[in-house]
This record gives sequence, C-alpha cells and structure tokens, in this order.
Amino acid sequence: MKFKGTDNYISTRDLNLAVNASITLERPLIIKGEPGTGKTMLAFEVAEALKKEIITWHVKSSTTAQQGLYEYDAVSRLRDSQLGDEKVNDIANYIEKGKLWEAFESKKQVVLLIDEIDKADIEFPNDLLLELDKMEFYCYELQKTIKAKHRPIIIITSNNEKELPDAFLRRCFFHYITFPERETLRSIVKVHYPKLDSKLINNAMNVFYDLREVDGLKKKPSTSELIDWIKLLMVGKVTESELGDIDLSEKLPPYAGALLKNEQDHDLLTRIRLRFRR
Amino acid sequence: MFLDFFLLLKNDGIPVTIREYLTFLEALDKDVVEYSVDDFYYLSRTSLIKHEHHLDRFDVLFGYYFEGIEKIDMEEFMQIPEEWLKKSFDSHFTEEDKAMIKSMGGLDKLLERLKELMKTQKKKHEGGNKWIGTGGRSPFGSGGYNPEGIRMGHEGVGSRRAVKVWDEREFKDLDDGVELETRNMKMALRRLRILTREGTKEELDLDKTIDKTSRNAGLLELEMAAAKKNNVKVLLFLDIGGSMDDHIELCSRLFSAAKYEFKHLEHYYFHNCLYESVWKDNKRRKQEAVPTFEVLHTYNSDYKVIIVGDASMSPYEILYPNGSIEHSNDEAGIIWLERLRDQFPDIVWLNPVPVEEWRYTESIGMLREFMKDLMFPMTMGGLQQAIKALKDKKLKFEGH
Repeated sequence: MKFKGTDNYISTRDLNLAVNASITLERPLIIKGEPGTGKTMLAFEVAEALKKEIITWHVKSSTTAQQGLYEYDAVSRLRDSQLGDEKVNDIANYIEKGKLWEAFESKKQVVLLIDEIDKADIEFPNDLLLELDKMEFYCYELQKTIKAKHRPIIIITSNNEKELPDAFLRRCFFHYITFPERETLRSIVKVHYPKLDSKLINNAMNVFYDLREVDGLKKKPSTSELIDWIKLLMVGKVTESELGDIDLSEKLPPYAGALLKNEQDHDLLTRIRLRFRR
Repeated sequence: MFLDFFLLLKNDGIPVTIREYLTFLEALDKDVVEYSVDDFYYLSRTSLIKHEHHLDRFDVLFGYYFEGIEKIDMEEFMQIPEEWLKKSFDSHFTEEDKAMIKSMGGLDKLLERLKELMKTQKKKHEGGNKWIGTGGRSPFGSGGYNPEGIRMGHEGVGSRRAVKVWDEREFKDLDDGVELETRNMKMALRRLRILTREGTKEELDLDKTIDKTSRNAGLLELEMAAAKKNNVKVLLFLDIGGSMDDHIELCSRLFSAAKYEFKHLEHYYFHNCLYESVWKDNKRRKQEAVPTFEVLHTYNSDYKVIIVGDASMSPYEILYPNGSIEHSNDEAGIIWLERLRDQFPDIVWLNPVPVEEWRYTESIGMLREFMKDLMFPMTMGGLQQAIKALKDKKLKFEGH
C-alpha cells in the first residue's frame, strides 16, 4: 500500500516518499511550502488513494490542544441535574469528543489532517507532543486512557506564520513542497483541464512565469492561482494569440486579478509599466 | 550505519538529534525505500531535516559525503557574501585605533575648517589624516573613521558617525514578514502579558456559579465571565537607517515577533535620536511625519515604551539644537527624550550594538546614563531582562 499520487494530484517522487515513510513508521508528516502549492489537498488525495476516511481539524487562532481531544460540557450537566434527567449520572454523556479522539477511536485507520497548525497559539504544538507521539491521551473526567486502535496517518500543514518547536519537529517527518518545475506544472494543468489546447497552456504559462519573476511582489502567484486563472481564460474565451505577445511592461494579462491578489502588487506592476514608457 | 554522515550533519550545524537518526534507520530497516540513490536521498532528507533553511546545506553535505567531493568549509563559505554586504570596513581599525582617535574641536570649528580645506584642496585625495578624501582618518571625507568627522557624499562605507550627512540615504522599512528564529523572542515578549477579562462573557465562572447556586438553595444559577485577554499596550520606537543598517535583520525579527505578540502595538520610526517628529512608514516619511507631541498626547501612560536603537551618534545630535544630521531641530534630542520618559514611566532601550563595544561610543554612555541603566543589549538574554525591567522597576542592566 503505497502512495503514488492520484489522477487528480500530481505529486513528485520525493513527496511520495515522504508520505510513504510517514505511513510506514506511523509518524506525523509536516508539510510546508508556498501558499497554493497543494498542501491541504495532499491529505485528501492520500485518503482518496488509500481508500481511507479523512478527518480534518482546521486550526484557528483560538484553537487549543484540548479541543482536539475532548471538551467537557459542564453547563448542560448542571442544567440536566436541575431537571432531574437520568443522563446526568453518567459523565460520559457530557464529554464531547474532539477530532483526535475521533481519529483514535475509529475502527479503521483514518487520515487525520491538522490544517494550518501555525495559526494557533505558540504553545499549541507542545501541548500535543505526547498525544502525537504515543497516540494516546488521558481523559480525567472518565479516568481512562484513550489509545489509538489504529495509529492514524497524520498530515500537518503549516504556512510558516510561526515557527514550530524543535521537540515537535523531532517527532515528525518533514517535507517542503517547492514550486513545481515547468514540466510538473504542465502536467498539473493537464490534470485539471485535460481538453485544453496545449498552445494556450503554453502561452498562459509563459505569462505566469514572467509574472512570478517580477521582483518585489508581495504574493507570487502559485499553482492554485494559475488553475483559477486558466479557468477564467476558458470562460472568457481568451484565445492563445491574445496571450501570445503579452509583455508585462506594456499591459497586464486579461483577468490579472486572479493572479495578483493584492493592490500593492497591482500598483507595483503599474509603476513598472510607467517606468518603461518614459 | 551512516553514523559518520549523521555526525557530519551535526558538526556542520544542522540540528539533528539521535531521535531523528534512529527514525531514519528505522525507515531503512522497514524498507521504505528500494535500492535507489534518489530515494535514499529523499528519505534521509525527510527524516533528518526539519526546516527549509537547512535544505540547501543538507544537499551540499549529502553530495560531499556520498560522492566524496572535497569538503568545503561551510562556515567560511556561508559567510563570504555576508561579509561583502556587511561593509566590514571597521575591521581595518582596531578598537585601540578607534579609541586613539580623538575629536577635533567643536562643530562650528569643524565646519570652518572644512570650508578652509575645500578652498585649499583641489585634487582627489585618499588616505592620510588631513585632507578631504576617502579611507583616511581626517575628519572630512567618507569611508574613514573619525567619531566627529563630517561625512562627504559617498556610498555608505566606514563607521558612519559623521555629523552631517549630505547624501540622501535610502532607508528600508523593517520587514515584518521575517519568520526566522523569532520563536524565542516571542516567548520572551510573552512575559509582558497583562491578562484582563473584558468583552463578551462566554466562559463559565465556576466559583461564582457554585457560590450563587448555593445561595439559591441548590437551584442552578449560572455565572459567566469574559475570557482572559492579553491587554498590554506597547509603543515601539525604532531607529532606522545609517548605522542601524548593520542590525536591520535583528530588528526585523524583533518587530515581527512583537507584532504577533501584542495586539495593542504602535510603532514609530526615528533616525538616530528622537526629535519633534517621527513617522510610521519609511517610504512616506517626508509626507507623513507625525509630530512627536501628537504621539505623546495620544497614548496614555499605561503604554510601555521600547526604544530600539544603537545610540551611536555624535553627541551634538543629542545635546544641541540643530544637531540633527538631517534637518535643523529647534530643540535638542535630549529634551524630546525627557518628554518621552516623563509621559511613559515604563520605558526601556534595546541596543543591538554588542555590550563589549558600548564603552567605545560616547553617545551610548550618555544615553545609558540618561536611561538610568535601563539600556539592554538586544540579545535573547538582554531582551528577557528588558521585559522584566518593564514590570519590575528595581531591575537595571549592569554589564560593562
């Protein structure tokens, strides 16, 4: 059972290997890389390829590690005690399971995606050290240890907003998704739009790579922007010749908004154009 | 197996530990890879390297170890470009040299003498102690060293301690996108947290609920409380440009860490010394300068002030009106600093210049005294101490 990419997801050999290593050794895999290079997608595709269920845990700035394990709803228990509900005698009725618990308890091995772990508080990864290492945790209210029946395949993505602690990194495999080379990118586009004329793809990719080379862009367009943009080109019926001779110093490509997502970058290109005109 | 390789990585500064090494061996043992060099390389990379910054160096070392390429001294290799950028002109003068060079009279005298020399000297001149030129120790010219020298229009070399700068310099805004090794800084800044409860009440206050319920003869009465939030307010003043260029990376890191850690963070830039105006955006500093009085009046004394600057300048810039190197200021820098200190009792100064060198610069000593020893070196230790000092008035910095 090895991951080799799927029909919808082109993955490189080194990425495959990292995924397989983490599956075989049952350690979490940390995925980093430029935004829009398919970090989150990877988990879904791994689940798809290995025919496994996926559990996703999207991390926000307010997320705590405890929420991933379980939460004890004391308020409803108090309320029920007033109402004389029978439920109240069993504390288990008021334990709300978190994503990790769900993943540990599942009858089959699942893929667990912990998305954007860097968004949470700086202590967050440290609070999960033991849980991810031993794949078990202790529930105080129930006084029992929850242990994974099957160690889940854990994929963690990070956007580098915060650095992760060393102790955490040591327990994981690490892979950095680099921006795809031209050939890889071409096959990625092909996967998404198999019927598209290859000349149009070619010209679109030329414009795209030119744009990526502009110095000082705040956010370089990446794979997902290219995919969206090509979709717009198709909807707008832009022909290949319209894209053929675009010189960024003269004008912006059509639907440039899909590639450049903030106004400073638009400003920058406008300034460059003005400078060339002089 | 591959122990040498592991040690090679470790000795060359890649943070690998035994744990990662064992993981790597375990993966080999479980036949994660078939017999292919590429796969072997990918596996060792994914199990041993945990940060993209190390990827490049890992590639070099891997190549060296497995193909027997002659080992390049990585330390030296990594430093060369930095040395080029760093304008390591300073090294040409030893500290004793610097200490030996004494100032040559007052500001007016210097200006007068410059005019005189301009008249008499017509040829290009380099080196030497008297004429206008580059690389020498005369108080006039550029690229040389004299603590009270006058800077002539030139690309920024030398020790940058001139009294007047005639070239318009380009300054860079600090990049708050830097995320390199800021974790420790954030942990240090955390100590400044002041947790208060405010906003909507969404947490159950257990103690009060129990209390109220008991009073209510056992009938449940819930009591909610607002969640704790960090409410510390910080004003950051950053010296930028000139001699601060050497420390820009460190400052960027601090700025980025602070920006993340404090919700109420305001920052202003100044150049060398605080005067009647500061600015928020370096590119638009000419158009959008903010009067310092406005800053003093806007923020109340709760704000904790952190000044970041190398405090290395000519004493005129602190003590005298019109001492600024960029404009003519009606009031001396020290008056503005006093006003700042009066408004904000919680104030510290972080200095990126290494502590050992503080005593060679007169202005650092002056400002240290002015700050009543609340000037701290911008190292991890210094930062921690400075943060503590903001909360504990008794703390001082007593190094060197």
